[in-house]
Amino acid sequence: MWGCVRPSRIIPLLAALVLTGAAAVAEAPQRVVSVNLCTDQLALLLAAPGQIVSLSRLSHDAESSSMAAAARAYPTNGSGAEEVYLLNPDLVLAGTFTAPTTVQMLRDLGIRVELFGPARSLADVPDRIARMGAVLGHEAEAEAMIAAFRAELARLSAAPDRRPRAALYYVNSYTLGDRTLAGDILRAAGFDNVAAEAGLEQGGTLALEHLILLAPEVIVSGRDYPGQARAEEVLSHPALHALPGTRVAGTLTDRDWICGTPLVLTAVEKMRALRLSLETGE
Amino acid sequence: MRLAPGLILLVAVLFVLSLLSGQAPVGAGQSLTALIAGDGTPLAVVMREIRLPRALLAAMIGAVLGLSGAAMQGYLRNPLAEPGLIGVSGASALGAVLAIQTGLSLMFPLALPLAALGMAVLAVLLILALAGPRGASITLILAGIAISALAGALTSLVLNLSPNPFAAADIVFWMMGSLADRSFTHVWLAAPFMAVGALLLASLGRGLDALTLGEDAAEALGIGLSGLRLRLILGTAACVGAATAVAGAIGFVGLVVPHLLRPAVGARPSSLLWASALGGAAMVLAADIAVRELLPARDLKLGVLMALVGAPLFLHLIYKTRKEMA
Repeated sequence: MWGCVRPSRIIPLLAALVLTGAAAVAEAPQRVVSVNLCTDQLALLLAAPGQIVSLSRLSHDAESSSMAAAARAYPTNGSGAEEVYLLNPDLVLAGTFTAPTTVQMLRDLGIRVELFGPARSLADVPDRIARMGAVLGHEAEAEAMIAAFRAELARLSAAPDRRPRAALYYVNSYTLGDRTLAGDILRAAGFDNVAAEAGLEQGGTLALEHLILLAPEVIVSGRDYPGQARAEEVLSHPALHALPGTRVAGTLTDRDWICGTPLVLTAVEKMRALRLSLETGE
Repeated sequence: MRLAPGLILLVAVLFVLSLLSGQAPVGAGQSLTALIAGDGTPLAVVMREIRLPRALLAAMIGAVLGLSGAAMQGYLRNPLAEPGLIGVSGASALGAVLAIQTGLSLMFPLALPLAALGMAVLAVLLILALAGPRGASITLILAGIAISALAGALTSLVLNLSPNPFAAADIVFWMMGSLADRSFTHVWLAAPFMAVGALLLASLGRGLDALTLGEDAAEALGIGLSGLRLRLILGTAACVGAATAVAGAIGFVGLVVPHLLRPAVGARPSSLLWASALGGAAMVLAADIAVRELLPARDLKLGVLMALVGAPLFLHLIYKTRKEMA
């Protein structure tokens, strides 16, 4: 359990424990269970060693979680009320989309449940970090993480000379607009999202022929899930490759795009690199 | 015979209308010019890579389903025989799903139509074995219900066991059928099987005409009944298997179309074959235009529309034949 935590994080933590004294330690939760992929990762970033008891099952899936390697140090749970209760937690971290019946049952059983809403923009990320720092009793660490996040984001999203038009295209012809986390990542990396031209601000279905007529310079397509599904076939439709001016920029990974953690910067950096490669290609 | 030119004209008009209907609002002249010019503009790509294969598949699938229905009804001398109702389409869908989920179709694309065809052969054999040469309605329908239910359940099971999070949603596609976002890959995959199947079924005309006089009379006229039966099984399986493998199970085409056209051809099974092929093409083209015009933003399934038209007719036919079934 200790192996996955960098020593640099332990030293300020120990210092904080010494300074704040026994009262504060008693207030910080000691048995934290997370049942949501995004709270898993925020908790891993901010919790003290031994503070986490269990993470959600998805946290071990390297396709979905940016911190699967670190998460493997902890056991997983199936996010059900019975299983979570038997872990005897003093704090449960869940998403606002976690089954309401599960959350209500845990609360009725006297367990503190903190709900984290999904991040809808990069501006939500500092807020999520600060909140996780507060509920875990590591405010100072959270502050430092937020400062680092803001600085790195400012560096990556420096105004580009030209903003290429791009589309995010997922299974079932789904696209994401500017008012989503993925859309915001795209914007920060210096692209204009064609979903806006189609009138989509949030997520929605963009028919294949609509996408082709918008003729974006780059189509960033969603990841390929294991196994086969007809819903995925739209991503390999010949029409996507028939436009001379359009580049299908391969698969984007879910893991760096879906959770409001500092790791979204990986996605911003990759998309920025893609934009720069377009410029040199011209 | 003014039926043939009329039907051909209808199919041609609906084919052009199908090319012109879609989510993107573009003028008709502009669209057709782009289709013919094929100059690599976005509109030309939409016309050539998305709408043309879709219209072609609608016509091809409708034709083979209409033809299969007419052939089965001629052979069993029962107007209720239809590939969708008697479970052949459901079995084909199971074959296609197995080919896709085992990964066979990735290694070997023809595995998709072949697996669908294999399961379709099994279903037709089972139906003919259960219903017997005269194909009594009650056994035909009961056997069809059983085969459809089993195939549907196994299809759902296979898709639910898939590691892909979207596979379970595919159940609707395989049960109801859709032509959304099909490409020329699917056209080329299905076309050879459909061509062979259609030729086999078209060759049944004389035999089916003779069969209207009864089996003994047909034999006396020099019709080899076992050969006829074999061509019917393989032809239907190839047609329905290929259609279902690329577009899912689209029901009721083979029921509605022969029923509507039977009076127009004087109830001659041989004439009904080609008439039902043309009528089927027109019907599926029309339905595929309707699904795009009624709910452009949603992928309304073809089978839903077909059932809305076909189910009342099916009930009407059962009502008419209830004396036989009693």
